[in-house]
Amino acid sequence: MLDDKKKPLVQVRNLKMHFPIHRGILKRQVGAVKAVDGISFDIFEGETLGLVGESGCGKSTVGRCVLRLYEVTDGSIEIDGTDIATLSGEELRAKRPEMQMIFQDPQASLNPRMTVGSIISEPLDEHRKMTKTEKREKVGELMDAVGLARRFADRYPHEFSGGQRQRIGIARALALNPKFIVCDEPIAALDVSIQAQVVNLLEDLQEKYGLTYLFISHDLSMVRHLATRVAVMYLGRLVELGDSETLYMNPKHPYTQALLSAVPHPDPAQAGNIDRVILEGDVPSPANPPPGCTFSTRCPQAQSICKQDSPEWREIGEGHFAACHFIE
Amino acid sequence: MEDQSATVLDVANLKTVFNTRDGEVHAVNDVSFHLKPGELLGIVGESGSGKSVTMMSLLKLLPMPPAEIRGGSITFDGRDIRAVSDEELRKIRGGEIGFIFQDPMTSLNPVFTVGFQLMEPLRVHMGMSKKQARARAAELLELVGIPDAPARLKDFPHQFSGGMRQRVMIAIALACDPKVLIADEPTTALDVTIQAQILELVKELRQKLGMAIIWITHDLGVIAEIADRVAVMYAGQIVEHAEVKELFANPQHPYTRALLETLPRMGEARAKRLPSIEGQPPNLDHAPTHCEFAPRCKHAFDRCRVENPQRRDVTPVHDVACFWDTNAGGPIDA
Repeated sequence: MLDDKKKPLVQVRNLKMHFPIHRGILKRQVGAVKAVDGISFDIFEGETLGLVGESGCGKSTVGRCVLRLYEVTDGSIEIDGTDIATLSGEELRAKRPEMQMIFQDPQASLNPRMTVGSIISEPLDEHRKMTKTEKREKVGELMDAVGLARRFADRYPHEFSGGQRQRIGIARALALNPKFIVCDEPIAALDVSIQAQVVNLLEDLQEKYGLTYLFISHDLSMVRHLATRVAVMYLGRLVELGDSETLYMNPKHPYTQALLSAVPHPDPAQAGNIDRVILEGDVPSPANPPPGCTFSTRCPQAQSICKQDSPEWREIGEGHFAACHFIE
Repeated sequence: MEDQSATVLDVANLKTVFNTRDGEVHAVNDVSFHLKPGELLGIVGESGSGKSVTMMSLLKLLPMPPAEIRGGSITFDGRDIRAVSDEELRKIRGGEIGFIFQDPMTSLNPVFTVGFQLMEPLRVHMGMSKKQARARAAELLELVGIPDAPARLKDFPHQFSGGMRQRVMIAIALACDPKVLIADEPTTALDVTIQAQILELVKELRQKLGMAIIWITHDLGVIAEIADRVAVMYAGQIVEHAEVKELFANPQHPYTRALLETLPRMGEARAKRLPSIEGQPPNLDHAPTHCEFAPRCKHAFDRCRVENPQRRDVTPVHDVACFWDTNAGGPIDA
């Protein structure tokens, strides 16, 4: 597609994740929250795919589905040739070391009663047969790799700052030499000056270990910096996907255009002359999405066709996909 | 600095300390700033830099103890706020000074309707009757762009979306025509498209109502867009203060410079690697005796480690607390 030498490591096809809504005394299912409603994308080996969208659009759900932390409603997720959506428990467990996750909140994702050393070595206890000395050595190597001093191995998470805690989470994700890591808003909880440190670390590790990332974030400027290609999500569906440069310089979908124009520029000299698309209203509920194009309720260019027919997900340029009736 | 005669709020040498079991935390150290009628002062800083505590100290919104305002003066509209009675302070809070908090989910009371919460300050501060208050409340909701305002007064906060709730918070803060509005990270919890809506709204309201605003944020992009003047805080102190264009065009303090460099820009070509500020912000267990940024500063020299720099004027609209002269590329004269 983009480059013949590149092969997709992750292939997601028609992924659906519907969470049932139960009501009443008999807990009958009365509907479903369509958090992810039929999306398809590839992630190539060694690249970073950025997944952006507003809160509630389903981007974190996609991240969790791709690692099968949820039982998906429909669709296939092929990682390195195996469809993990249908694997049995034991097979899935054997596959887990290849795919790992870095969570948003480093405070909540580390067990406060475990030392840093035991947090990082827990995946090794589960999946590897190693002696105590080997484990201690491996933990030391991992701590070096993420820039934590080895002498901190016996300390507890509360003794660390946010940025350092995120480093612990990254070391844990690296413990089993994964190929693919889902980063779910890894820098959202960090301060600006610390964000850059963690982003640089993620880039260094990618280069060193040949990692492939799915980088989920609402921070559009950070995604532009980090991602090779970017996918934009709205209300459970992808609206546009393309390589980072094309997408940011020449967004085609009206939602991408609005989203990009909403980002404030850190330059007061320009503040007055930015052409800003201000969207009206709010994101509709995914339990009751509008018919046709889900963006039609807020789209400045919506026509009557948008309210009836759901636009097809199609390639509009080389490696550039979008779902809109009005893109040539 | 500039002519300070026409200030609505003047804060000088404010010091706030928290007495905790593990010792004192010096959250605000000698902070001074002023606010002129109708202007928007942006306060930028990372979490823990003392920006919220400064604003909470102004209105004694902090639990005391453990918090203690140890020094300084706060003059609002010619009155010394530190000396006024609790009774009078209550009239100022929510009446003459409005406050918008960061999280619209937790700062509205879930068991009362939005209408009740909007009418409460009107009835208490302005002495309106129920009917008058209801009419005014509907007007306010309309002002902040909530459609079908009269009917929505009967709704509870959970029936509004995040952006709408923040609009309600703004409406409550505006209810009594405050002279000063303090907005503490009002858009941080919101999505960018909603943030853009709120920023537009604030610009519009400023033109209509002409109040002075203090806008606290960690997002330099937001500051660039709406502020007239900016104060940068680090470790409980204002390290740089300037008019917004001057600050972005000609940043003096190494911390400000680093902050601006770490931001990835949307419009420009992608940098190979993000410049980052190494190290961590200091913990604030002592009053500053040296430059708190020195351990992370690439220009730090001996003097920075033994003496805390005071703010000095660079131009009439720009001051900085640093011993390094960025323009000359060397230490300033002692």
